[in-house]
Amino acid sequence: MPPMGPPGMGRGDRNKRYAEKVKPKDIKNSVKRLLAYIGEDKGKVFLAIGCVLISAGTNLAGTYMLRPIINGLGEAGVSAEERVRELFLGLAVMALIYLVGVTATFIQSRTMIKVSQNTLRRIRDDLFMKLQRLSVRYFDTNSAGDIMSRFTNDIDNIGQMFDSTLLQMFSGLLTLTGSLVLMFITNIPLAVITLLLTPVIAKVGGTIASRTRKYFSKQQETLGAVNGYIEEIITGQKVVKVFNHEEKVKGEFSGLNTQLRSVQSMANFLGGIMGPCMNAMSQVNYTVTAFVGSVLAFFTRLGKIGADSFSFAALDIGGLTVFVNYSKQFARPINEIANQVNVIMSSLAGAERVFKVMDEKPETADDTSRVRLENVKGDVVLKNVTFGYEPDKVILKNISMYAHPGQKIALVGSTGAGKTTITNLLTRFYDIDSGEITIDGTDLRDIDRESLRENIAMVLQDTHLFTGTVMENIRYGRLDATDEEVKNAAVTSSAHMFIKNMPDGYDTMLTGDGSNLSQGQRQLLNIARAALSRAPILILDEATSSVDTRTEQHINRGMDALMKNRTTFVIAHRLSTIRNADAIMVLENGEIIERGTHEELLSQRGRYYELYTGIKELD
Amino acid sequence: MKQYIRFMKPYTLYFILGPILMLTEAAGEMFLPKMLGEMVDRGIGTDGAAGMGIPYITAHALMMLGFILMMIVGGIGGHYFSIKAAVNSSSDLRKAVFDHIQTFSFKDIDKFSTGSLITRMTNDITQMMNTTRMLLISAVRAPGVLIGGVIMACTINARLAAVLLVMIPLLGIAIFLLLRTAMPRFTAMQSKLDMLNSRTQENITNVRVIKSFVRDKLEIKRFNKASSELRDSTYDAMKIVVCTIPVMTIAMNIATLVTLWRGGNTVIIGGMGVGSLSVLIQYITQILGSLMMVSMMLINSSRAAASFGRIMEVLNTEADLNDNDAKNRDKLVTEGRVEFKNVSFKYYANREDNVLDNISFTAEPGSVVGIVGVTGSGKSSLVQLIPRLYDAVSGEVLVDGVNVKDYSLMHLRDGVGMVLQKNVLFSGSIEENLRWGNENAGMDEIRAAARAAQADDFVTSFTDGYDMELGQGGVNVSGGQKQRLCIARALLKKPKILILDDSTSAVDTATEARIRESFRAELKNSTKIIIAQRISSVIDADKILVLSDGKLAGEGTHDELMRSCGEYREIYYSQADKEKEVS
Repeated sequence: MPPMGPPGMGRGDRNKRYAEKVKPKDIKNSVKRLLAYIGEDKGKVFLAIGCVLISAGTNLAGTYMLRPIINGLGEAGVSAEERVRELFLGLAVMALIYLVGVTATFIQSRTMIKVSQNTLRRIRDDLFMKLQRLSVRYFDTNSAGDIMSRFTNDIDNIGQMFDSTLLQMFSGLLTLTGSLVLMFITNIPLAVITLLLTPVIAKVGGTIASRTRKYFSKQQETLGAVNGYIEEIITGQKVVKVFNHEEKVKGEFSGLNTQLRSVQSMANFLGGIMGPCMNAMSQVNYTVTAFVGSVLAFFTRLGKIGADSFSFAALDIGGLTVFVNYSKQFARPINEIANQVNVIMSSLAGAERVFKVMDEKPETADDTSRVRLENVKGDVVLKNVTFGYEPDKVILKNISMYAHPGQKIALVGSTGAGKTTITNLLTRFYDIDSGEITIDGTDLRDIDRESLRENIAMVLQDTHLFTGTVMENIRYGRLDATDEEVKNAAVTSSAHMFIKNMPDGYDTMLTGDGSNLSQGQRQLLNIARAALSRAPILILDEATSSVDTRTEQHINRGMDALMKNRTTFVIAHRLSTIRNADAIMVLENGEIIERGTHEELLSQRGRYYELYTGIKELD
Repeated sequence: MKQYIRFMKPYTLYFILGPILMLTEAAGEMFLPKMLGEMVDRGIGTDGAAGMGIPYITAHALMMLGFILMMIVGGIGGHYFSIKAAVNSSSDLRKAVFDHIQTFSFKDIDKFSTGSLITRMTNDITQMMNTTRMLLISAVRAPGVLIGGVIMACTINARLAAVLLVMIPLLGIAIFLLLRTAMPRFTAMQSKLDMLNSRTQENITNVRVIKSFVRDKLEIKRFNKASSELRDSTYDAMKIVVCTIPVMTIAMNIATLVTLWRGGNTVIIGGMGVGSLSVLIQYITQILGSLMMVSMMLINSSRAAASFGRIMEVLNTEADLNDNDAKNRDKLVTEGRVEFKNVSFKYYANREDNVLDNISFTAEPGSVVGIVGVTGSGKSSLVQLIPRLYDAVSGEVLVDGVNVKDYSLMHLRDGVGMVLQKNVLFSGSIEENLRWGNENAGMDEIRAAARAAQADDFVTSFTDGYDMELGQGGVNVSGGQKQRLCIARALLKKPKILILDDSTSAVDTATEARIRESFRAELKNSTKIIIAQRISSVIDADKILVLSDGKLAGEGTHDELMRSCGEYREIYYSQADKEKEVS
């Protein structure tokens, strides 16, 4: 293993990983699919397996060679020169074996890294491609953190398995069986003793491990609580200061910290003694075999065991040396294999999580819509539309409305009234349950999704920017726009002024979702992006909520230009922004309760009037 | 490192006992092969000489078992103390960092950023603990095995052991060179990984944008590029790392072969026993193995050193604002007069432009002062100077005629109640949250404060009332309700000066008017400073300050400002035409 830990493992994820036991459900299927990803690197895998066979073989052979060499040294009745020559020959063979072994190990590890990196890349790319095909519903119902952890933790785990585990296990098993066979060849009674001790070693290890697991999950739980407290208090640190609460939180933290300390000590202690205990067990094995071996060798020497009686137990000194070395070699793979099983289990569980995403139904799964829109005028009609995100929870009830080409329709209402839901339906992020939506007379469900969305530009309340320059971010609206057109769009949205004042102007890099910009500035960039697009239908969902009223007045002229000749749907908290709409729909609990122009609605003195004059809280 | 000693001190005994007990394991590993060698050579006998027989062999075997018992006891004990030392000292460290952060000023918090402070307190300290534990366990053991092994090898046959003197430095240099090559490649790999992760993150959060602009093919193309870059850089780094094992094996193999050759010749001429030779070979394997462990240890501690550096950066940051020089420690805020005298302020000393420029005004005790201005004009910065959350760069901020720097921070902030723009509620019940304002408040006081903030009605409408648990950050109440709870929390302090920083933006105008009404009735003697987006929130204030680009553009009542201040009129008209239309 490289000295680096697995990269990108976050705190939360780690807690979760310990909290819920990761166990793969359908091992066979996952393995089959993982193997399929090796694809064109199959040849390399066979090469690596060949190398493993060679290196495991040379490993055993190298140790076995010690026997004739050492026995040869003390052989009676052979001249000293003869013995030196034999020694030289023996060592030459050993050197050759070693050389082959090292070369095989080297080739094997390099090859496997190549294979694993190629495979990981294929899985990663496939997963990402799949992500792009999933519906918005998937992203709404799964947390971003959970999806992210499939890209980081789960793929890391799979990588670990490919990098080393598989072949290590393979070579461990080879060494194990090889050692066992050679032990039996060397001396049967000693081999039986080692074989009997093996379950004892495994049992001791297993007992400690299961205790350790219990305490470790408790430690993760407590650590989670401490980290949660840290996160909460440091996030609210300014409030702590304003209320002079420093001493109080210090006290609370101290309590949690002490609790963590005792749990942590116990968990780490149990985890820590695994090493010495296993080490001691292997030393016991070593001593017992050495003792019995010495006794056998002694009697062999005296001639009490040998050619005529108990020949199976006869042991020479070279044999004893080799055997003791094997018994040391024997304990190691047992431990290693036990460890690797954990790694394999967690990486198979990871693979399953990855494949689960890949098996999700894509947005276009049962799509028969093939109509491509051309020269859209922007005539939008909703007829008796009913919709709910979940079957038993209706959000929109029997909504009907229309927008003629170029009209501006405003949607007003409290959170949860269903405003954003309407925009989700227009873009076919979700499909309606009953009723009908048409654009230029064509039913939405018959229109190809891509073609539909190419004709709609959206500006959302949550400002979404990408890592890249300001220029690239605006150009997202229309990829073939010239620099000049991008700048014009920025002027339209009043973003040009602040962009000009940035260190590198339009070439300034935006990082981490534009954290170096204020919320208002980010909204202006989003508006510029929509301005660049030539889509005939425009959706503005709280597009200017973070822009102050004066700046908003400045951009109003730009916004008018933006909305000209486009059918526009506007959602706004601040009612002053929608006053000049052709029609205003007031939504409440999924129904349109009032509709009309600003003046009409004010004169009705209904809900809109209450909202507009601030009598009623909009939330 | 010197600074870490402070945290080791209380556990000195553990820090010493842990590694020392681990020596038993090293000793065991040293002596066991030696004893085995003797058992074989003398017990069985070599080169024709008869062995000493079964009793000798048995005695040696028992002695070996005794050693093993000692190793178990020592090993467990060593782990016990090492873990105690590591866990306790890092637990103290965690506490020290947390306590130290409590002394930080707003500026210090801004400097580190909340996210980075959290990472330092969690990941970095955990990393420290793990490394300390590992170091304590192997710091003495691995070199012990190394040195002990060399000594034992020398006692068996110094001439033969000399091969180690050549191999150890060679192997050391080889591993060093490999790691030195690998390190920068790992850094490169990490940055590629970060890039890929942030791409993925963006794609998940921006899914609506990508879909609505139909940019999936562009995103896939970009991802594939980042993905193959990551593959290549990982391969670059890993291919170096995997060389360590073959290099190490080669070294071991060479040492074994050389020893066998030279040792074999010695055995043939009768210079030593066969048993000793095989033991010598075992020592050589052990020594080179522990060398590998030592190098791993060094790598790990260099990473822990980076973590420790980040933790120390926090601990060594002296809070940039304290009350050590306060001249009027015992003074309490009694009247609530606030006075700014030519105050200028900026967040970073190296910035050219001031955030606040030469501001002077007075807020009389019991009066209502409104502050208006566009985003970024300096409204929040101004009020934060009053409870000394930041220090003015020049000029004086006076409370009750005394410079805020001369109060003890405790007394000053007790006298000032402030509702921040970025409201935070904590997990816990509503009652517990309100009690932040006054821990000893009775239930009737709490309800009175809630009533004044127009929060009592909705709180009592909850099934659990004041016992309702709030999620972290108060996620389970609406924006307007959260703001009213935050106001109630501040009111419970019964402050002489109450500051509301745009704290009623999500509250409807009618409720807001009722809140203002209760201020007038119940906080008659407190100075109220109110920042507002809506002119209607401050229209009846005794005095309104208009800020523009950090300068005071106007000061006076609504009517005065409507006459004299263009800036104010502009803001007013940008909001007010709707009221005109309605009326």
